[in-house]
Amino acid sequence: MSQYQEAANTPTPPSRYQRPSLFACIVVVVFLGLLTKGVMATDVTLARLASGAVNLVDFVGRALPPKLDDLDVIGGAMLETLYIAIVGVTAGVVLSVPFAFLAARNTAPHSLIRIGTRFLIASMRTIPDLVWALIFVATVGLGPLAGVLAIVMDTVGFAARFFSERIEEVHPGPAEALASTGAGRLSVIGGAILPETLASMTATSLYSVEKALRSAVTLGLVGAGGIGVELSAAMRLFNYNKALTIILVILVCVLIFEQLSSAIRRRVI
Amino acid sequence: MANIQIQNVHKSFNDIHVLRGIDLAIPTGECVILLGANGCGKSTLMRCLNGLTYPEQGSVVVGDQDMAKTRGRRLRRQRQRIGVVFQHFNLVDNVSVFQNVLYGALGQQPGGLATTLQALAPQSLRQRAMQCLDRVGLADQATQPCRELSGGQQQRVAIARTLLQAPDVLIADEPVASLDPRAGRAVMELLIDIVRERGMTVLCSLHQLELASEYGDRVVGMKAGRIELDAPRHELDRDTMAGLYQGVVRVDEQQPTPADTALAYSA
Repeated sequence: MSQYQEAANTPTPPSRYQRPSLFACIVVVVFLGLLTKGVMATDVTLARLASGAVNLVDFVGRALPPKLDDLDVIGGAMLETLYIAIVGVTAGVVLSVPFAFLAARNTAPHSLIRIGTRFLIASMRTIPDLVWALIFVATVGLGPLAGVLAIVMDTVGFAARFFSERIEEVHPGPAEALASTGAGRLSVIGGAILPETLASMTATSLYSVEKALRSAVTLGLVGAGGIGVELSAAMRLFNYNKALTIILVILVCVLIFEQLSSAIRRRVI
Repeated sequence: MANIQIQNVHKSFNDIHVLRGIDLAIPTGECVILLGANGCGKSTLMRCLNGLTYPEQGSVVVGDQDMAKTRGRRLRRQRQRIGVVFQHFNLVDNVSVFQNVLYGALGQQPGGLATTLQALAPQSLRQRAMQCLDRVGLADQATQPCRELSGGQQQRVAIARTLLQAPDVLIADEPVASLDPRAGRAVMELLIDIVRERGMTVLCSLHQLELASEYGDRVVGMKAGRIELDAPRHELDRDTMAGLYQGVVRVDEQQPTPADTALAYSA
């Protein structure tokens, strides 16, 4: 049989293009409609973008050189931001562990508890940290405590979800082996599931600190303590030189912490 | 008196009848080898003995407890008497060999929960764990993470874990299936030495005729959820063994008759 004949007998490959489904068409049309309406509603015009660019150059011109007189105050505020992030994440991660075990399919004592816990975690995650900060500023007053509580809620919403997903991925064999020795639920969790998930939980926790550090900066804008308060005040008083110094301090601290966190994560995983 | 008494046990998964009226009695101290093709119901039957699976019908009496009806705290207490050795070892990879052995005492009260961290375990228990490791020849590997051991060594750790548990019944589900022939024989020798020393009652599933006739007191053969053979080891020969595997084809080649599709679920 010649090569040509062989080729002729080869089944035809599938068509290069497939007709999109009705659902896909509806999604695309709705998305394009929202995008068009969104661009109009938010007044995104070339003229405004151009004038914004000019103003940005003007801002940078007025902000330079950065004012280093208040570096001790700025440093203190940055340290407070770091404390807010660390205290908030630590409390959040500690709370996330029991939440995660109650929310994971393979460790929840009852499906109703699992559904309830998942709903709670989703609620914490859905409400943005800035809104939590506003709520806590209203309830516990201005200052870093409101920031810490906002970070706790945000961390539980984020970390508990990732922890529970990791717990559900754990191979059931070791847990079954421990259960077969007569171990109770807590012993099985402590002996088989926690060791298998610890590395991933540590990595997620470190990422939570990175995330919280960025959040803690913005939380200050609504009065929840930290360097955001200083930044907000500097911007309102048109003290752009000081504002630039604050922004640079934030940039350096966040970058250093991200590098540190990545290095630890690489060692843990 | 029999230490294990299984009567008329039936079990189905998704309407597929995996165990079809199993009757089996094992006297105290006897070592019974369970043979049969993959999917014939061996693992399901063995899981019923530890309460890892519950039968729909029949009784599975171990000692004086019917495992088919035992739940909660009573089940946990009863499980301490029934050691299980798994085909894939089921060790916790990320912790040390020593910690894995200590897990054998998790079910013991008081102090069981403390053994989740070896630093908190009572000194007497730590010493017993080392003796168990020494018995399986791995005392020098105590601080190694389990994932760094060979398959044969990992199964030895699993045996040491069972030793610390100190059960009087041992269920071994294809304990050498994941090992090469030499490592498999060594593990089997160790396992049988230990059960003889301690006078344990054993139900062990295997695929190797030589190992079955060498180490078992009695051989039980299963096929499609039923016991087809129950004989002293010296009566076992290749023809009898071949009969157990006759007509068994790969799961994905079977016609979907209930008996055949059962193979897919019972392993």
